[in-house]
Amino acid sequence: MSIAGLIRMGDNTLVLGQRLSEWCGHAPALEEDIAIANIALDLIGQTQLWLGLAGQREGQDRDADRLAFHRDAWDFRNLLLVEQPNRDFAVTTMRQFLFDAWHFEALTALTTHVDTETSAIAQKSLKEVTYHRERSTETVIALGDGTDESNARMQGALDRLWPYVGEMFTTDDDDLTDARALRASFDAHVQPALAEATLQKPDSDFAHLGGKTGVRHGEHLGHMLATMQVLPRSYPDATW
Amino acid sequence: MVKLLPDIAEIWEWLSDVPDPEIPVLALVDLGIIRDVSWKGDTLHVTLTPTYSGCPATAVIEMEVERTLRARGIEKLQIDSQIAPPWTTDWLTDTGRAKLEAYGIAPPQPAGGPAHCPLCKSPNVERISQFGSTPCKAQWRCSDCLEPFDYFKCI
Repeated sequence: MSIAGLIRMGDNTLVLGQRLSEWCGHAPALEEDIAIANIALDLIGQTQLWLGLAGQREGQDRDADRLAFHRDAWDFRNLLLVEQPNRDFAVTTMRQFLFDAWHFEALTALTTHVDTETSAIAQKSLKEVTYHRERSTETVIALGDGTDESNARMQGALDRLWPYVGEMFTTDDDDLTDARALRASFDAHVQPALAEATLQKPDSDFAHLGGKTGVRHGEHLGHMLATMQVLPRSYPDATW
Repeated sequence: MVKLLPDIAEIWEWLSDVPDPEIPVLALVDLGIIRDVSWKGDTLHVTLTPTYSGCPATAVIEMEVERTLRARGIEKLQIDSQIAPPWTTDWLTDTGRAKLEAYGIAPPQPAGGPAHCPLCKSPNVERISQFGSTPCKAQWRCSDCLEPFDYFKCI
């Protein structure tokens, strides 16, 4: 049973949950603000399950909070995609769509994992992620096939983020499931949605790597963690 | 002296008075989130399941259950959380569904959307957003009376 694999799942949901929460009170419409906050909440809830189980299996007195707030950027094992900054609503929406499409397939595979606690978390999360994927898919189509301005922004977001797609389908022994096997069903969801959104998938499949192995995170992760971790690091005994 | 432990049916009866903190018209037992109540020796075990994994009400629900049982004189109590099988809106009781509707929240439907507006009962309704004021609800609107309303979504 791979503790590193549990940490990868939990770090993805933690980092994206934190990124999404940066939108709270700033989204372009009230309904979107509420939706983003709800998705962030689901992801943080899932983080408690994944990192909670990782800490319990590790047996070194580290609970989910300890793992979230007291590790440095180089200890994180999230995909590079989820640490990308929000930029505009188009980038946030496209990042969510690409992640949701992968997350849905990864969780679907994990629902039949041999470890019952892992499959329980996957079953719980998948119900929530089904709604995330439905929303981000509809939003990508609405904005892609929208005005000239929204189309241009969504195409720009796709071009910017596509180099972070390949990493989701690299795999090693730490993964809880063979990530390469998820690609076909990912493509089967993403490609028709992009076509309906009148967006062009970039020709190059060049992929930035190094997030899930921790070898090379981007410069943005440290800044995000600084904001996220400052309180528990400055006041380790703080409670409310 | 042997102290008699309250029987399980009586404990369920006590728990039926505990409201959900987010939707107080519902009791926790209407939601179907209390999965088990049993004695193990002289310790009472209560198993709860969260509706959504990040639902902020979960901690309050545990406190409310504990407070209610302590007030009834339960001394040895253990509250466990269980996520499998995952909570589903199918566990919402018929009483719970009726209470939701009367409160102005459309109960979940297998079709994936409300059967009708909970206020004017018109079947002409449209979705505003799949996400709403709490993780378990979506925002809908009635095309006839024009009122927005919450829909308790299926999971």
